[in-house]
Amino acid sequence: MIPLVKIMSMQEAVCCLHAQSSIMVGGFGNIGNPKGLINKIADSDLSELTVIANDLGTPNVGLGRWVRGGKITKAIGTYFTYNPEAAQLYYEKKLELEMVPQGTFAEAMRAGGSGIGGFYTQVGVGTELTKDAEIREFDGKAYVFVRPLRADFALLHAKKADERGNLVYDKTARNFNPLMAMAAKYTIVEVEEIVPAGSLSPEEIVTPFIFVDVLVPVERGDA
Amino acid sequence: MISIPEDQAKIRIAKKVAAALPENGIVNLGVGIPTMAVDYLPEGKKIVIQTENGMLGVGPSPKNPENYVPNLINASRTPVTEIPGSSYFDSAISFAMIRSGRMDATVIGALQVSESGDLANWALPGKGVLGPGGAMDLVVGVKEVIVATQHTAKGGKSKLVPLCTMPLTALRAVNTVITEFAVFKFIDNVMVLVEHAADITLEELKNITTANFVVATNLRMWEV
Repeated sequence: MIPLVKIMSMQEAVCCLHAQSSIMVGGFGNIGNPKGLINKIADSDLSELTVIANDLGTPNVGLGRWVRGGKITKAIGTYFTYNPEAAQLYYEKKLELEMVPQGTFAEAMRAGGSGIGGFYTQVGVGTELTKDAEIREFDGKAYVFVRPLRADFALLHAKKADERGNLVYDKTARNFNPLMAMAAKYTIVEVEEIVPAGSLSPEEIVTPFIFVDVLVPVERGDA
Repeated sequence: MISIPEDQAKIRIAKKVAAALPENGIVNLGVGIPTMAVDYLPEGKKIVIQTENGMLGVGPSPKNPENYVPNLINASRTPVTEIPGSSYFDSAISFAMIRSGRMDATVIGALQVSESGDLANWALPGKGVLGPGGAMDLVVGVKEVIVATQHTAKGGKSKLVPLCTMPLTALRAVNTVITEFAVFKFIDNVMVLVEHAADITLEELKNITTANFVVATNLRMWEV
């Protein structure tokens, strides 16, 4: 019998985290991000966080609230341009940004969650983003070596979970969520709906429960 | 110096891009002019749109905001729709499609294109453009890289240059450049002018282009 997953309130889940945590946060352009958890942390006294996310939201929206609140020491992602406040802090040297091509970012998390020690890709060869990386030639083409990405926590969003922690996503809100579920040591998922164990079709489950530690039901006003 | 207003230039480029897209091809369209091109597809011409945030088979944006579907956007963060046969997937699968050469074309903008086909399009140093998004992956992995850009930057500086001075997106990645005045192809790393607009002479074109290019023997002219 598969055991049931832990279900926590927003507040309880946020208490799992600590200062200086590395945290993966799902979402692309504020779609598919765990809005309730993000807001709860914005209102907490957590700080000095390393954030691994595609982007940092928009000014004071989504992860933009963490940017404005000075909670982030370093961010690893692909496109921070949506949030000019992050750019400002970067130029003032108050925020470290590591920029990664988006497919390499996704694959690094897939590798991190799959027990893979790294991979070679042609993407980024000859650019300033890979100037310190190992380059190797295969079949006459240059490839750059990429190390996997892992994190202490993942904060994710899913449309539906069953009581065992199996996840189903909604449309383009899936994006990085399934990869981060695999790449983090402790995965907390904000879900719009928790359904009884056994009521999801095994065929429709995208993220199996093995990658999920905690479910947090969306609270009114956070959806 | 010859120039046309920005909005007219963009429409002209979008039309030309629409004509250049492969019939029934699977394409990824960047923000701006590339996305505009869909509105100018010739009658009956079909393409399949992929968006890197995790959808193959992207339908048009709803005209009325009341019809916006929650959690359904393209990579430009514009609300879109499903079409019959659409699918959703995570970002690793999305870029597997992109890097593995299965996609027919990508259309993207440029800050600079060099005469050997290098592309700079992701960073304006000191201007708050931070991060390449999916641009580096797209231009390396997709079969045909079509750059859609105005011929010159603000102030009249050529975007087609001998060597890129802005941060590179990829080396020797560009196959086709479409501007409001000209179409260039890169053949064996040589920049070849294949077509130019009827309202510009070859001499004028050379004057607004710092990149060195050769002229195709069957150079065509298009009526604008």
